[in-house]
Amino acid sequence: MAAPLTLLLIVAVTIRAVLFRSSWAELISERVEVVSPLNAWKRVVEGLALLDLGVSPYSGDVFHETPFMIYLFHFVVDYAEIVFMVSPGLVFCLSRFLTSLYLFRKQKYALESDRYPADCLELLRSPKEMFYIPLKVAMFYLLNPFTILSCVAKSTCGLNNAIIALFILCTLKGSALLSGILLALATYQSIYPLTLFAPALLFFLQRLYIPVNLRRSSFWFFTLQYAFIYVGSLVVITGLSFFLLGSWDFIPSVYGFIFSVPDLTPNIGLFWYFFAEMFEHFRLFFICVFQINVFFYTIPLSIKLKEHPVFLIFMQIAIISIFKSYPTVGDVALYMAFLPAWSHLYRFLRNIFLVSCVLLACSALFPVLWHLWIYAGSANSNFYYAITLLFNFGQILLVSDYFYAYLRREHHLTHGLYLKKKDGTEATLVLK
Amino acid sequence: LDSRLPLVIFLHALTPAAARDEFQEELVIRPLHSGDIYASFQFRTLWDTDFLQEGQKVSHYRLFPKSLGQVLSKFSVRELHISFSQGFWRTMQWGQPFIPSPPGAELWVWFHDTVSDVDGNWKELTNVLSGIFCASLNFIDLTNTVQPSASFKPLGLGNATDHRFLRYATLPREIVCTENLTPWKKLLPCGSKAGLAVLMKSEKLFHSSFHSQAVHIRPICQDEQCSSKAWELRQTLNVVFDLHTSGQGKKEWSLFKMFSRTLTEACPLASSSKVYVDITDNPELFELSPATPLLGQAVVLGDRRTYSVYDLSRAETFGQLRSFNLLLRDMLRPLLHAERYVAGFGLQTGEIHTVIYNNHPYRAFPVLLMDSVPWYLQLYIHTLTVTSKSRDNKPSYIHYQPAKDRHRPHLLEMLIQLPPHSMTEVTVQFERALLKWTEYTPDPNHGFYVGSSVVSALVPSMVAMRTNFTQDQPLFSSFVPVKEESSYFVRVYTEPLLVNLPTPDFSMPYNVICLTCTVVAVGYGSFYNLLTRTFQVDEPSPPLSKRLANLIRRIRGVPLLT
Repeated sequence: MAAPLTLLLIVAVTIRAVLFRSSWAELISERVEVVSPLNAWKRVVEGLALLDLGVSPYSGDVFHETPFMIYLFHFVVDYAEIVFMVSPGLVFCLSRFLTSLYLFRKQKYALESDRYPADCLELLRSPKEMFYIPLKVAMFYLLNPFTILSCVAKSTCGLNNAIIALFILCTLKGSALLSGILLALATYQSIYPLTLFAPALLFFLQRLYIPVNLRRSSFWFFTLQYAFIYVGSLVVITGLSFFLLGSWDFIPSVYGFIFSVPDLTPNIGLFWYFFAEMFEHFRLFFICVFQINVFFYTIPLSIKLKEHPVFLIFMQIAIISIFKSYPTVGDVALYMAFLPAWSHLYRFLRNIFLVSCVLLACSALFPVLWHLWIYAGSANSNFYYAITLLFNFGQILLVSDYFYAYLRREHHLTHGLYLKKKDGTEATLVLK
Repeated sequence: LDSRLPLVIFLHALTPAAARDEFQEELVIRPLHSGDIYASFQFRTLWDTDFLQEGQKVSHYRLFPKSLGQVLSKFSVRELHISFSQGFWRTMQWGQPFIPSPPGAELWVWFHDTVSDVDGNWKELTNVLSGIFCASLNFIDLTNTVQPSASFKPLGLGNATDHRFLRYATLPREIVCTENLTPWKKLLPCGSKAGLAVLMKSEKLFHSSFHSQAVHIRPICQDEQCSSKAWELRQTLNVVFDLHTSGQGKKEWSLFKMFSRTLTEACPLASSSKVYVDITDNPELFELSPATPLLGQAVVLGDRRTYSVYDLSRAETFGQLRSFNLLLRDMLRPLLHAERYVAGFGLQTGEIHTVIYNNHPYRAFPVLLMDSVPWYLQLYIHTLTVTSKSRDNKPSYIHYQPAKDRHRPHLLEMLIQLPPHSMTEVTVQFERALLKWTEYTPDPNHGFYVGSSVVSALVPSMVAMRTNFTQDQPLFSSFVPVKEESSYFVRVYTEPLLVNLPTPDFSMPYNVICLTCTVVAVGYGSFYNLLTRTFQVDEPSPPLSKRLANLIRRIRGVPLLT
């Protein structure tokens, strides 16, 4: 197992190194699909230049990174490429743990408890299948063109992904303290990982055999502990940021920017054109609607998937990547890396061919229509917007397809794989 | 070969004395007061033969073109003047031309008095000439031909002035183009391959205010006593280049700018090859380079004019690079001057370049550059470069206030030290923002204006200034207070910029809102379905007939069907 992983790592590093040194690096770092006003490298350099000039980076509207980034890059700006190459490595570490620890263990437990009907054996994964999942997850992340583009563009999205990956790693390892701190760091970087609090909590509760019952005091005890760790680290980190620059300017510049979406630079998300064409009267209303849309699925999903917190994490990350205010392909790559962990759901997926075609076609069309709009002048913004719509639609289909497959597998695991109607003929399963 | 040798010697003895054909070429350049420039080419071929004698059929042509020689002999022409002009000579702006010509084509011919049918000859001559010059001179016929009695006396030798032998016609509608220039150039001994004729490239010549090419043939005396006569062929080309069309608005002319060529050699067949530049109005008007010691004076059109002469038959005129490019540069040079433009392509990024010229020959002085750029062009201050004389020039003071979206614009102020006699370029990159659809002007594709940059400086003065204010000073000299004697305050404004921003489609707000909300609703709908519904085995509902039967049975109280 170590040899293929090492080989994979070498190949990934080589690709990134080659691209870093070629003329493509500049081209990629300008692409709007790969960088957004929140995580562009050009803006990081601009912020550091402003700091050198004696002007606060947050006094303008160019720099929207947290002070933690200023602090980090102040020291490593010359080695930026190495920093960005290391972060996928962290995700790669995650992949090993994700499967070798968690899924394997859960599988073993389920087998031992003999909970499943006899004919579901084929639904369960054999250890041999699961042996290759770490490699597949690592491959899906490291060799994903989206990740490579994001890394070569030196977008700080890669660093955010690394922090989220570390958080998941610590959660799966069972360390509540580290998990809380890292979640606070991830939330501090961009607000949306706040929704990952619920799945992490559910995971720990499951691990410590505390039933999710609102009337039990043990539930509240642990919840408050975890919440305390999380909120406490968040406060500490925010306080430290205040002391870095001596002002609270970063809060409206970073979090105010994420929530109020003032910059309408085109990206692969749904926000930019919607708010470019919004009637002024309804702007605030729709900002609220769109932002609530990201956080809104947390409670229903947590209730439905309270037994399956890892899948819940995947769903939450996917929802954040689709509906956040400034998505980039780096965010898309993060949840796509999880897909091999659920390769056993393949038989229940309904639209996977359509979805992959749509996503591939859209990825190819993005640069074409951008060029036609901005450089050739023969298309207009509607073309790019249409592809944005289609891309997000494809992503939504993908996520909901996996959700459907997961729920269906769970249903089969409890009720048996080959279902029969009352009269004995083969039954079809529908959602009612 | 042995038997032929005496024949060759015999023929050699028979030929008369060596033909004294001569070819001279000359170019006169005269800068005009309006900033335009007037170039006049003259090519003169002297053909030492006497056509006027009977019985001599000449078939040996050296420098004189054969086509014209045959025309002269066939139609018994004594003088031929033909000109093709494009444009109208503006006397009030340009003065008098050296060789005047009307717009369109003009042809006037003096025939020999031995010709019996002048009209017949005239008709055939016009047709032949239209073939030679690729012009539609065949439209000249009796309806537009006149015989002026007094205006067009012969310009060459000849004492017969019976105007029955003169024919004059113009075609004002005739257009001059490359097709007319090419056969005209072919008549020259060196063609367009050597000498001054290499400058005649049609893409530049026809991109001018006035263009005129002419052929003048007349018999002349070769010496004072008129013991021998010769044919003189003068080919002239007059062209006036416009300051704005060809000169890009700058009063800076060179051979390369006018003709897109430089001179590399004189025509080897020419006995003299010269370039004259009119410097009568100098030194206030322009400076000439390369300098030449040769001067000439001539009385032209009643005015004594001085010329700088460049002799192309001398190798040192071409210098080390073997290429002669004359430069005329305007003397007006302000000490401080600034320009600004936007570089780049596409609607995503761009670069603002500000160029500041310090034309002082030996003094360097600092300038304060202020730039106020609107917020929707996001400047990246880490891309700011200041270069003077292709070396980095770091400003000693930079004050930068970044823009806040929809609140305030960028403000950049820099103190730059300008080296003497140099050009300093300040570049900064920017990104164009997409605005809300209500923030665009009604004509969004016109672009957005960026205000001028302001360059403020204390320029060293050649003349000591008075620091105290006295009442008798005119108002215009006392606007800016003078603090010290050796420098004066100057503020230079650059051009405003016009920058295009990417625009959304203004006709689509409702459509966009509907479509985006649809996609969000698709997500919401799928998740809602998966979250609120459970999997159940599909039991098909009984058909309508069965349901009706069950309903009736229920009423009757009888057991139902399954």
